[in-house]
Amino acid sequence: MVTVYTRKRDVIKKKLPRFFQYLVLSIITLIVLVPIVIMVFGALKTRGEMFAHPYTPPIPAHWENFALILKTPSFWTLLRNSLIVMLGSTLGVLIVCSLASFIFARMQFRGKDLAFNFLTLGLMFPITVAIMPVYLVVRQMHLIDSLLAVILVQTAFGISGNILILRGFFTAIPMELQDAAYIDGCNTFGFFWRILLPLARPALAAIGALTMIVSWNDLLTPLVILNRDTLWTLPLGTMQFQGQYSSDLALTAAFVTLSALPAIIFYLFAERQIVSGLTAGALKG
Amino acid sequence: MNIPQVRRDPLKRQTRIGSPRRVQDHLTIFLFLLPAFVLFLLLIIYPIFRAVYFSLFNWNGLGPATVFVGLNNFKQILTDQVFMKAVANCLLIVLLSLTIQLPLALMLAIMVGRDLPGRAFFRAIFFMPYVLSEVITAIIWMGLFSPDPERGFINALLVLVPGVHAQNFLGDMNQVLACVFIVLSWKYFGLHMLLYMAGLQNIPKEIEEAAMIDGANRWQTVRNVTIPLLGSTIRTTVLLSVLGSLTQFNLIWIMTRGGPVNASEVMSTYMYRYAFIRFQLGYGSAVALVMLAICLVFSIVYLRLARQPDYLGSI
Repeated sequence: MVTVYTRKRDVIKKKLPRFFQYLVLSIITLIVLVPIVIMVFGALKTRGEMFAHPYTPPIPAHWENFALILKTPSFWTLLRNSLIVMLGSTLGVLIVCSLASFIFARMQFRGKDLAFNFLTLGLMFPITVAIMPVYLVVRQMHLIDSLLAVILVQTAFGISGNILILRGFFTAIPMELQDAAYIDGCNTFGFFWRILLPLARPALAAIGALTMIVSWNDLLTPLVILNRDTLWTLPLGTMQFQGQYSSDLALTAAFVTLSALPAIIFYLFAERQIVSGLTAGALKG
Repeated sequence: MNIPQVRRDPLKRQTRIGSPRRVQDHLTIFLFLLPAFVLFLLLIIYPIFRAVYFSLFNWNGLGPATVFVGLNNFKQILTDQVFMKAVANCLLIVLLSLTIQLPLALMLAIMVGRDLPGRAFFRAIFFMPYVLSEVITAIIWMGLFSPDPERGFINALLVLVPGVHAQNFLGDMNQVLACVFIVLSWKYFGLHMLLYMAGLQNIPKEIEEAAMIDGANRWQTVRNVTIPLLGSTIRTTVLLSVLGSLTQFNLIWIMTRGGPVNASEVMSTYMYRYAFIRFQLGYGSAVALVMLAICLVFSIVYLRLARQPDYLGSI
């Protein structure tokens, strides 16, 4: 990095590690992509082709599997349920966490640290550990088989991490703005709503994107709470479909591909937000 | 220097107790915190106490719990060979993650560094498995691990090597855990790499360059400068990785159901089986509490012990 000379020997010395770097990175890229590519290839084959040539590129591509799945109403039901849960949880997390984080970043009161530490206790155990107790309470509240229960549970488990992230962002917004707003006659809620939230839009987008991914992929909460298959979300439906049609590999591959597609497309558009949400959480934690 | 402090703490506005402003502030604090506290108390804290209660009963979930058994459930858990096997498997996955997955992610992050052309491309690719759901990941890899070379890509590659037979992988008691670990690494190394890359971004390039000028070679620089400066990021990833490995459920449940013959049983699959398949809710509650205790004890001890000086903060 510090070499300023451009003698031939130095060039080789610099180029060789570069080549090695790209070699390793390319191998890892292959390992990451090949499983996904094989699945997509499989989705574009007929059942017979899948048995005869399981790993070759699908030429010509057959779109019948996709058409078949898209024609079944149950796929659209799964999609709709997943969307409802995802939007509900994301909205819930955004509202609940931005309100609380605002207090932790901007207000003083006795027991503030205690309250904050209490709400971030959830960072010390993942949802898997608490799902059994949560199930008991959801059942007690007669909320089994309700999408609302899934939304509430996902929101509750989003609180700890997202409050931590958002508090960091909110604290970074200059105090002078708040003073100026108060001098201009703004009350606390007015400052929060009209000044802080618009300024924190990138942070809200980050935790929003992250919550969407987490909710979209969540299996355990819907698995435990939802029994009726008309309420199932996409991961649950995918799991069920795989069990039911395990003999038709091409069809299963098509189903899996279709259910992966929304997440991948979303990721390609919101990579920056997802990444900044994750890194903010980890670096502040 | 006795200069009277004119400027107060900016957070403490000049208000008297009982003034309308003060009352309004308290009301705001209360109302803003209310939703978070209600949800957190109702759906996380209260359930845990409920589970403590039910863990003392032999209860199948029908009707009220009446068969009080005291700490018997816990005694049974801790003497159950299968549960011990599950704990051992969890610890093995933790160990493998810390010794293979995290170092690999760190190595890749350092390799991509700050200015390698194509950096964003590799990051986007490596992180992609994290975005796929665990259900999808599990189904993809069940296909790859299929014992039939006509169906499983890995065996198709293996049988190309002379003298090598197709392996059973997920159906083999001795291989299943290694397979699970491979899938876990495939899915999660990108996350850790991403966090390391973000951490590297915060380290000023000049420090590493200074070390190089002082005669340190590349490896010495990484070992003695870069890694210590990444301390807080590494600590975070270790915590995430350990908690994740201790409680991994989805991938294992879908791929193996904890089998064959409990060979890939982990604490969460054990818990799920008792609570939601056999409907022994009392026993399941007790298992959940044991898991919770393990996670809490680890987190607290780790956060205490790992609180080292923050090198980056002192630069």
